[in-house]
Amino acid sequence: MSPVGILAHPLGRLGLQSLPFWQMLQHPTEANVINGIIATGAAGLLVIGAIITAALITKYRKWGVLWSEWLTSTDHKKIGIMYVVLAFVMLARALIEACLMRAQQAFGLGGGFLSPEHFAELFSTHGTIMIFFMAMPFLTGVINYVMPLQIGARDVTFPRLNSISLGLTAAGAMLVMVSLVLGKFSTGGWFGYPPYTEANFNPGVGPDYWIWALSLSGLGSTFTGINFVATIWKERAPGMKLLRMPLFTWTALCTSILMMFAMPPLTIAMAQLALDRYLGFHYFTNALGGNQMHFVNLFWMFGHPEVYILVLPSFGIYSEVVATFSGKRLYGYQSMVMATMGIAILSFTVWLHHFFTMGQGANVNAVFGIASMLIGIPTGVKIYDWMWTMFRGRIRFTVPMVYSIGFIFLFVLGGISGILLADPGIDYQVHNSVFLVAHFHNVAVPGVLFGLIAGYHFWFPKAFGFRLNERWGLISAVCWIAGFMLAFFPLYGLGLMGLPRRTVSYNQPSYVPLEMVAFLGAILIIVALGALVMQLWVSIQHRHENRVFVGDPWDGRSLEWSVSAPPPHYNFVVLPVVTERDAFTAAKERGTGYQRPETYVDIELPKNAAIGPVLGAIGLVLAFGLVWHIWWMVIASTVGLLAALIASGFARDTTRIVPAQQVQQQQQRWLDAVAAAAAILRFDECKPANAGLAEQEQAGVAA
Amino acid sequence: MSREAIKHPGLNLGLAHGADHDAAERVMFGFWLFLMSDAILFGMVFATYVTSLHATAGGPGPHDLYDIRSVFIETLLLLASSATFGMASLALKYQHGKASLIGWLAVTLLLGVAFLGFESHDFITMFAKGGVPSRSGFLSAFFDLVPLHGLHVMGGCIWLICLVGQIARYGLDRQVKLGIMRLALFWHFLDIVWIAIFSVVYLAGLA
Repeated sequence: MSPVGILAHPLGRLGLQSLPFWQMLQHPTEANVINGIIATGAAGLLVIGAIITAALITKYRKWGVLWSEWLTSTDHKKIGIMYVVLAFVMLARALIEACLMRAQQAFGLGGGFLSPEHFAELFSTHGTIMIFFMAMPFLTGVINYVMPLQIGARDVTFPRLNSISLGLTAAGAMLVMVSLVLGKFSTGGWFGYPPYTEANFNPGVGPDYWIWALSLSGLGSTFTGINFVATIWKERAPGMKLLRMPLFTWTALCTSILMMFAMPPLTIAMAQLALDRYLGFHYFTNALGGNQMHFVNLFWMFGHPEVYILVLPSFGIYSEVVATFSGKRLYGYQSMVMATMGIAILSFTVWLHHFFTMGQGANVNAVFGIASMLIGIPTGVKIYDWMWTMFRGRIRFTVPMVYSIGFIFLFVLGGISGILLADPGIDYQVHNSVFLVAHFHNVAVPGVLFGLIAGYHFWFPKAFGFRLNERWGLISAVCWIAGFMLAFFPLYGLGLMGLPRRTVSYNQPSYVPLEMVAFLGAILIIVALGALVMQLWVSIQHRHENRVFVGDPWDGRSLEWSVSAPPPHYNFVVLPVVTERDAFTAAKERGTGYQRPETYVDIELPKNAAIGPVLGAIGLVLAFGLVWHIWWMVIASTVGLLAALIASGFARDTTRIVPAQQVQQQQQRWLDAVAAAAAILRFDECKPANAGLAEQEQAGVAA
Repeated sequence: MSREAIKHPGLNLGLAHGADHDAAERVMFGFWLFLMSDAILFGMVFATYVTSLHATAGGPGPHDLYDIRSVFIETLLLLASSATFGMASLALKYQHGKASLIGWLAVTLLLGVAFLGFESHDFITMFAKGGVPSRSGFLSAFFDLVPLHGLHVMGGCIWLICLVGQIARYGLDRQVKLGIMRLALFWHFLDIVWIAIFSVVYLAGLA
């Protein structure tokens, strides 16, 4: 565009018509008014929420703290917490959207209340958010917090890069939030197939919002993957051999390797679609040699490994939770490791099963169908390992354990429906029906989300120094599990009855009863979310009686439990020396769990850095400019991006020293607390008596 | 060589550099990981290109557009720049002094810029013959693959200038050393990618 053009349209295509209530005011038909009110309400909630948050921060004068203690922090623990906070905010939005969709479908016989475009926007944002801005930040956050502690490291290998990854992911999430207020999001689903998302059919801003949000978060995840692999490879404490790593760290390693290799195809697919839309290229268009199958292949070469990126960390969490709350070492550790690696490798060989019906021919389909079924084997091994871990264990039904047991039952069902779908013949019958929707929610919700929530309950006391309320946690867990079953089991039936996915309305009265049940399930899930919020509130109110400063509330097995809760900034005063698996359990059994170091030394830590939030902010502005064709903004932010990168290259003096004396004081305070604490038995662990010191039991008898 | 003398694949700083040599281990490993990820990026655009060869949609194809002489000169320039960067790395490792290091880096930069100049000229010539990316799927794929490499080289040139700036500002401190070592890997990596482009795009295209 010429300089004159830039000046003539300083706001690009942004205008009054971009506001969510504009259409309703211009053409107040009944349908427009209903959809306008819903969209405006959502945008209003977001704006009011942002204003209230900003006002509260100003009122309590917390901007400085927010900047210097959190946003610019390079501490892996704080970055991890920020990721999880981001995930919960996005989870709330995407769940409300899900409930709205179920409501539309429940009353969708011959119409319903949402317009088809509005419904399409809802399933697109729901999927995009749940995968890229809920599950990804959640698992990245948990790995960030836990993995360096588990391997006995002080931080990740590249702390500043870690902060940059968070900045980019948050920028992508904010872009999706902005699309609620200005303009409309894509209507092309979470995988946005062209040519539908090409400029010919979708000239608006929707697909552009989607492209740039995914690009930002994809870039962040690539860097995260590189960072985590480097950390696990290079930062392990002395003696922490690969086959001594806790299983969660193993799954973190496999997930990170997948991130490194699976994100580039997404980056390329997004870049090519953007070139098609912005500069008239022909990668995926209908004309002049474009081929949409290129997009489909690229997207699923990312998309299938992505499924395992999401689920592997949860498998790791379940392994930790089941072993800890059964009071036994994990059964079949080596088979678990092999199964995890096997899944990671197989994940690159099955992408084609996402489009069996798109014309590859029977033989190709057969190969990919068999490869897909093979994944059931390592996953089955894992299920048996978890069951054998529980066998003859003294199981405590804490909240994470309830999620884990719910997961085992539900995931097996989801897996079986997956094996069905891996058969191309069956896939032809049920593809694109809500049977598929039921299947992937059946693996994603118990497999991914329940695991992450279990991890949240499991490690929350480590991160904040007090336990979460068990009662509300249990209520939430039961509502999640029951709500999930009510919401998704009916969809198997509806799919077999022929209901296509992504349909705004239908004309079959026989669908209505099952749709109603599914709607009830969605409401129950909203209740579950409410209970989680309530739990957090109650737990913060009662935090003083539930402190576990000593740091080991669950009689934990790996090194993260061997330090105070919350851990000091530098994690370990002396890097632990590891001699076997389940290092902390071994130390406790030897009576060497809490030792006074002989000498204290200065500890070097990375300083805070502004580059993470700065790159995130610039990335957001750049993406916004690109979405709305505000070219001066694009040029300015590109220049800013380069300048920031160059300036950060010139930064020196990026570490600071914690003096030995300060380390000693902190350590002394903690060791005093350890000495003063009363050790508790396992059946007291959910009572206020639990100060985080576990009574050691020998040969199954209380000592 | 002993285990201590080799901390990571590729040219090591060596024991003479003391703690800088040790610090290289993690940083270089991380950069190798990045290169692996970047290699997949190139793999994907190669795949797009190879599967779009026949999607010329009646527009110009390789024989109408490619100029093998120009591309051969580019190849020589880039290979020569890899050799001169190798000399820069040796000057760093064996501590031949700042002047020698900056000299070799400057030659490398000149060669890199010359490569970009020839490549831009190629693109302009192609445009003049109607070979614009919006003409066909084949040309879109070409202008994904080759300029992606060119952009990488451009990024490498900017990085090189910044490193020279850092040498001027801070001398040969640890971050400068590690920066040069990483840029060296990046530069040689781009050389390898170019050899693949030369073979797959130009030689195979004109064969």
